[in-house]
Amino acid sequence: MDFVISILEQGLIYGILALGVYITYKILDFPDLTVDGSFPLGGAITAYFLTGGMNPYLTLLLAFAAGAVAGICTGLIHVKCRVRDLLSGIIMMTALWTINLYVAGTANVPLFSQQTIFKNDTLSNMIPEGIQAYTTLIIVIVLVVISKILLDLYLETKSGYLLRAVGDNPTLVTSLAKDQGNVKIVGLAIANGLVSLAGSVFCQEERVFEISMGTGAIVIGLASVIIGTSLFKKLTLLKATSAVLIGSVVYKACVAIALRNFEPQAMKLITAVLFLAILVLGMERRKKVKTDAGA
Amino acid sequence: MLELKHIHKYYNPGTVNEMCLFQDFNLTIEDGEFVSVVGSNGSGKTSMLNIICGSIPAEGGQICIGGKDISKEKEYQRNRRIGRVYQNPAVGTCPSMTILENMSLADNKGKSYGFGRGTNKARIDYYREQLSQLGLGLEDKMDVKVGVLSGGQRQAMALLMSTMTPIEFLILDEHTAALDPKTAELIMQLTDKIVKEKKLTTIMVTHNLRYAMEYGNRLLMMHQGEAILDKKGEEKYSMSVDDVLKLFNEISIECGN
Repeated sequence: MDFVISILEQGLIYGILALGVYITYKILDFPDLTVDGSFPLGGAITAYFLTGGMNPYLTLLLAFAAGAVAGICTGLIHVKCRVRDLLSGIIMMTALWTINLYVAGTANVPLFSQQTIFKNDTLSNMIPEGIQAYTTLIIVIVLVVISKILLDLYLETKSGYLLRAVGDNPTLVTSLAKDQGNVKIVGLAIANGLVSLAGSVFCQEERVFEISMGTGAIVIGLASVIIGTSLFKKLTLLKATSAVLIGSVVYKACVAIALRNFEPQAMKLITAVLFLAILVLGMERRKKVKTDAGA
Repeated sequence: MLELKHIHKYYNPGTVNEMCLFQDFNLTIEDGEFVSVVGSNGSGKTSMLNIICGSIPAEGGQICIGGKDISKEKEYQRNRRIGRVYQNPAVGTCPSMTILENMSLADNKGKSYGFGRGTNKARIDYYREQLSQLGLGLEDKMDVKVGVLSGGQRQAMALLMSTMTPIEFLILDEHTAALDPKTAELIMQLTDKIVKEKKLTTIMVTHNLRYAMEYGNRLLMMHQGEAILDKKGEEKYSMSVDDVLKLFNEISIECGN
């Protein structure tokens, strides 16, 4: 039972990250590597403010804002300096490593004695004895559901429509008398905001900030998005955002089951093999060829 | 009124492949004119449209709308008053979004794209009515993704979408070239209807000489960056396809084609 709960917790926390990756990869068609830096950015912001004694729920909002700023920077590098999308992300990812170190102070910040969104005085009075073991899972579910609903609502607004159009057909956005660059920047901001939010939640759940926590975050995000969207593409009733969240849980479950039978060192290799298997099975490798990669 | 004044356009400037397309090119299009533009490949038809819309920069000259210089405006800014339909039907619509969502997007052109609901429910009947005049049955498929429609259906939608909000100019860039003859005919009739209804000033580039003769009240033939034929009103109507074809052959022979 603990095994299942742990998978659900981890899967859903990374699900928030996957929602962000869904925006860049699926909607914007932008391979955004900023994720590897903005995920720990959420953690670093959390570590800084939690050790400073701030309300842990407030740090979630601050983490989202910080991630959004990182996304805006990637967007500005891409749009204003006309750097390739992939390289813009790499530049920001590299820069964020140092920024995260500055924010957190050191490479490793333990948060065992701090109040977090999962363990604080108000919460322990509120939650009845019987379901204490599920507190973390319940809070994670609440956060995930809020993030998903807000994202769904946004995608149905006029601004959301424009975001969906820009990845699909940038010329149309120009025809509608809107600057495509600005729309892309908005998309990157929301995406990295979500990724950073996931980093904050992850950090509070693990009760530690680690500078290397973002390494490979993009792979997890991409795998979740691809599993989710290819597994459930036949189910038109299921929203893509829900599919992505389920994809994230499925991915975490696969990794966890694989790790039970192998040594911990094998983790990254298992991840890589799993990812390859998902790509081949999902036929995602035959996806559209990018024509404007240089723009 | 749209004016192109002293336009200069070079391709690959500063290299051995430098090619001068427009050298002091001038053109004035009055309000309400429907200009058909013909000419061989490389004669500068599409470049002219791209310069007007701001998709490519001109090395010199001015573009004025109603006397106001818009040369400095970016493409998306100019598009506030310009609607454009491209040769490729896929460019005018958004394939992963539904017909209804596409119509809603187009309907909001010129306004801000904020956090209001993307689709205004009160407008659905209007969209349905607009789509039904196409006679393609699209009004019953409002929730179908545009990506599954045929080229002709998409082009009809693109035409509708680009003329939905008040615009001053309609730019048609070989918009029937990728369609089968029957669909092309339908799109052409639809274009004429919309242009007349909304009294749009229109520039249509086409390779179809019959369309060029049949539609529009002004005919322009381009050759090597110059307008070698420019007939308006009665003068245009008195010309026949054969006259145009003869001239077309002459310039082609000149080029060694």
